[in-house]
Amino acid sequence: MRQILLGNEAVARGAYEAGVKVISSYPGTPSTEITEAAAQYERIHCEWATNEKVGAEVAIGASIRGARAMTCMKHVGLNVAADPLFTASYTGISGGLVFIVADDPGMHSSQNEQDSRHYARAAKLPMLEPSDSSECRAFVMKAFELSERYDTPVLVRLQTRVAHSRSIVELSDPSDIMIKPYTKDMAKYVMMPGMAVKRHVVVEKRMEALEADSSAPASGVGLHEEIDGPSDLGIITSGAAYQYVREALPDASVLKLGMIWPLPEKLIRSFSQKVKRLVIVEELDPFIENEILAMGIPCEGKALFSKNGEYTTAMLRAVLAPETLPDSAVASASLPAAPGRPPVMCAGCPHKGLFMALSRLKAQVMGDIGCYTLGALPPTSAMDTCVCMGASIGMAHGFDKATDAIDSKKTVAVIGDSTFLHSGITNLINAVYNQSTITVMILDNSITGMTGHQQNASTGKDIRLNPAPAVSLEALCESVGVRSIRVIDPVDTQGAQRVIKEELEKPFVSVIIARMPCALIPTGKGPKGKASVVDKERCTACGQCIRIMCPALTAGPDKKPVIDSETCNSCGLCVNVCAFGALSIGEVEA
Amino acid sequence: MTEKDMNARLDSPCMSIVLAGVGGQGTLVAGKLLGTIAMKTGLDVKVSEVHGMSQRGGSVITYVRMGCKVFSPIIDEGTADYCLCFESLEALRWAPLLRNGGTLIINNEKIRPLPVLLGKEQYPERIADTLKEAAGDRARIIEINAKDAALSLGSVKAVNIVMLGALSVHTNIPETVWEDSIRETFSGKPKLIPMNLEAFRIGRDLAK
Repeated sequence: MRQILLGNEAVARGAYEAGVKVISSYPGTPSTEITEAAAQYERIHCEWATNEKVGAEVAIGASIRGARAMTCMKHVGLNVAADPLFTASYTGISGGLVFIVADDPGMHSSQNEQDSRHYARAAKLPMLEPSDSSECRAFVMKAFELSERYDTPVLVRLQTRVAHSRSIVELSDPSDIMIKPYTKDMAKYVMMPGMAVKRHVVVEKRMEALEADSSAPASGVGLHEEIDGPSDLGIITSGAAYQYVREALPDASVLKLGMIWPLPEKLIRSFSQKVKRLVIVEELDPFIENEILAMGIPCEGKALFSKNGEYTTAMLRAVLAPETLPDSAVASASLPAAPGRPPVMCAGCPHKGLFMALSRLKAQVMGDIGCYTLGALPPTSAMDTCVCMGASIGMAHGFDKATDAIDSKKTVAVIGDSTFLHSGITNLINAVYNQSTITVMILDNSITGMTGHQQNASTGKDIRLNPAPAVSLEALCESVGVRSIRVIDPVDTQGAQRVIKEELEKPFVSVIIARMPCALIPTGKGPKGKASVVDKERCTACGQCIRIMCPALTAGPDKKPVIDSETCNSCGLCVNVCAFGALSIGEVEA
Repeated sequence: MTEKDMNARLDSPCMSIVLAGVGGQGTLVAGKLLGTIAMKTGLDVKVSEVHGMSQRGGSVITYVRMGCKVFSPIIDEGTADYCLCFESLEALRWAPLLRNGGTLIINNEKIRPLPVLLGKEQYPERIADTLKEAAGDRARIIEINAKDAALSLGSVKAVNIVMLGALSVHTNIPETVWEDSIRETFSGKPKLIPMNLEAFRIGRDLAK
């Protein structure tokens, strides 16, 4: 059967057909839909892990117990999971073990543009790189096979354009789930120095074997593909970039690499000898290029193309086939500039008012990763830093210690419920233990929001929305020694501002939990038809309500607010910020 | 179907359609529906989406390419056969993607972005006219009011299907294939099928 699938859905399908038993992941764009799609296959145990390290360790455990297992994450998630990854390379596996890592060239939804291929080299692991949905399915199935054949975890690297593109996939029936019998094997699975020394030797031999087998096209190990063409130009490429190469240079000689670590030296050498000019087309770092140069084979790559952002067909045409440039109907130079449209916190987001409060208090805000990072944008611009998952609390503590607690009177760490459980909690324990005086705000919207509504350990539901035990954030904070814990309603902006001010003054760690579910969670009891209404007589056009950045509220020609009743979800935030009583929640329409 | 037959159904060996709008306007569903249409027509297809941060009220673009063999999932400047713009300002932003001879359909809805809400920038006036002047005879530019049409059916969410109806008039894909694909797309919510078929028909009438 043929189906049109998102790359991520095809990864899930491949794992299902390969008989995967356990998938444990933390959500992260552009990888989230893999685990969501896999959860539709009831026979697979799928779960949202508290973070990527946990997800990886669950998968490693399941593999050593004899099941095929997988863990999926975005590129920066692999930093979190790197510790288990490097040593799982030494232990090897029992059931096939696959790590999916989704890079985000162009940073559509990420804080950096790191190139995960370096992990394959550093951890001494094979890495496959599919270029469309059909390959996503096939490569993941191959990854499980290679994992068991070579006794190694296998990395599969996606890029946004592969993960988030739909294309046609041929489906097959799934294999049965096989659980291998368990045998205790301390020499293989207990990595203390005496054992690990011997395992490192095994790792090096494994990589040599993989490299040799990968160069033999007939073995199919490397999943490489050679497209014959004229000898004047040869391109070596892989992943998303392969598609741009074929689009821009349909007749060129191409060596498409399926396994991008270890590289097939013999194959690359023979391809290079067939062409006069060798160009490497790869997004981000010159990973393949540098390896080929190290083989002593002359080639061009980053001298022609950027290390920044995504590649395009047009970019390749401009450099390698300038005679084929397209013809626009409307030249961009002939049009007036279009005002930008940055993302905003949603209409009715109950937490957005907190950033007005922080802005009014002129607080130093240590931000974190999630929807609330958007508080950094104007008009509130209420954020000083945003580095990585969980960093807000540690950085606030750093500000505290750097200034002998002086800055803690005006510094607030802001973090979401899911991010707090991911890696904020370890920072909170550290801050309490090391006698910090910081104020932490947990914006608890009862969901993992930015990635598209995944459950987490505090929401009371599992990945399939079945009831699950819920961590109490209050009890958790109390148990690690936080002396002041207050729960507030984030829509009451004035009240929130007062509480923040009080907590900033306290000479110990305090936590404010601002609790209200995400406005996009369907509750089945939405206040439909009760949009806010404006009393034009009372309105003084002061602009306060405009500053809450609500997509449902715009300024009319008289600078007074106009409510879009289609978008408004009557959260009441604008009503709360109006000092003149000019806004109110409307009546239900007849 | 032979390759020649397939190409006859399309305007070019690989038909490229841009869906440009604002997060929440239903461009993702429209892209998925076009993917289903390509499958039904026996064509290769790629649909490229944007998820994550830019979905939060930001400018959102979906690329759909169908043909005998599709490589790149992305549509570059000057290569789109069709630009389906769900919002006026997004039409201005993405119009340069249209190729010479292409068709651009604008839903004349205005969704003001933050810099305009804050009074830092002006929302450009008469965008459709600006585009018509800039394109001259190099493009067909059609302006419709898809939002009012959708509201007349009781749901602003039907804007995307009204837009697809408008697009369908200008392609050679048979009407029945579109309708079947609408039924398939909403098969999980059968109550929505009659309304969306009606939205599709209204879209066709608007763009004729």
